[in-house]
Amino acid sequence: MLKIGTKAPGFSLSATPDQKISLEEFKWKNIILAFYPADWSPVCGDQMALYNEMLKYFHKHNAELIGISVDGVWCHLSFSSDRKLHFPLLADFEPKGAVARMYEVYDDATGECKRALYVIDEKGIIRWNHLSPVGINPGADGILEALEEIDRTKEVV
Amino acid sequence: MPLHPPISNKDHTEGNENAVIELVEYGDYQCPYCGAAYPIVKRIQEKLGDKLKFVFRNFPLSNIHPHAMEAAIATESAALQGKFWQMHDIVFENQNKLNRSSLLKYAKDVELDIDKFTIDITRPELQKKVEEDFESGIRSGVNGTPTFFINGEKYNGSLEEEDMLDFIIRKYNNLLKI
Repeated sequence: MLKIGTKAPGFSLSATPDQKISLEEFKWKNIILAFYPADWSPVCGDQMALYNEMLKYFHKHNAELIGISVDGVWCHLSFSSDRKLHFPLLADFEPKGAVARMYEVYDDATGECKRALYVIDEKGIIRWNHLSPVGINPGADGILEALEEIDRTKEVV
Repeated sequence: MPLHPPISNKDHTEGNENAVIELVEYGDYQCPYCGAAYPIVKRIQEKLGDKLKFVFRNFPLSNIHPHAMEAAIATESAALQGKFWQMHDIVFENQNKLNRSSLLKYAKDVELDIDKFTIDITRPELQKKVEEDFESGIRSGVNGTPTFFINGEKYNGSLEEEDMLDFIIRKYNNLLKI
């Protein structure tokens, strides 16, 4: 994974059939990037369902959540409306897995993203990362601790 | 991953206060897996008797389970009348029907003061209590429902009755002998 303390690489990916989202749009926000293998697979479903409930806790820390997988926009659209997700899912679809590779979380064997988390601060610096075994939902405690750490160090400055 | 915060008098507990085994469940009343775990917990309680204290904390996934939050608040309202566990049980036993009118019926079935109940379920403090449970779950590493903690440690094993019992008996053999 990319190292803590380094600049998060920029990207621009489709969130819906006619809307792209780029990392630069989230300047002045903390960002949680959640790479996951695939829409509809059972563990991710749980992980995304959990994060969906967590949004208000993330927002308290001025943080936005973005999900990324290699699924296409139509698949994301259907998954997102089925699970009533209130955060964007980005399609790392063409060229396949390009952003995941840039973030060093692409699994060549399966052709999917690994289950990996990055927390990026308002200045675009990676502050926390976590790689989880594919079958294990990493939960959200690590994310919250990372966001609290960002808040704490900000107060000092 | 340790349980955070530990069990306190804010929690709903069932069984011997001073039991050597403390089982905590983070659950969602509309979650089918929690529904399946409900009778298993009951049987474990029966088998361990006064060796076990059981605690239930709320972890409603409201977006996928639209009635989960309201059901949780209904049990918290029942708690204000000293009937948390009666409501908890009847709600899990009827988890396919958790709309407002069903919850009201269960409140009558467990003989709550209905006027008080209908006022209490609108209290923001009760929603806050449920949300605090949820946040404590996140802190403790809960990543789905049900999640169990045994003596403060997250239990990652199977949710079959024999497996949970086996785990408890093997790990806490010494405590159970006393």
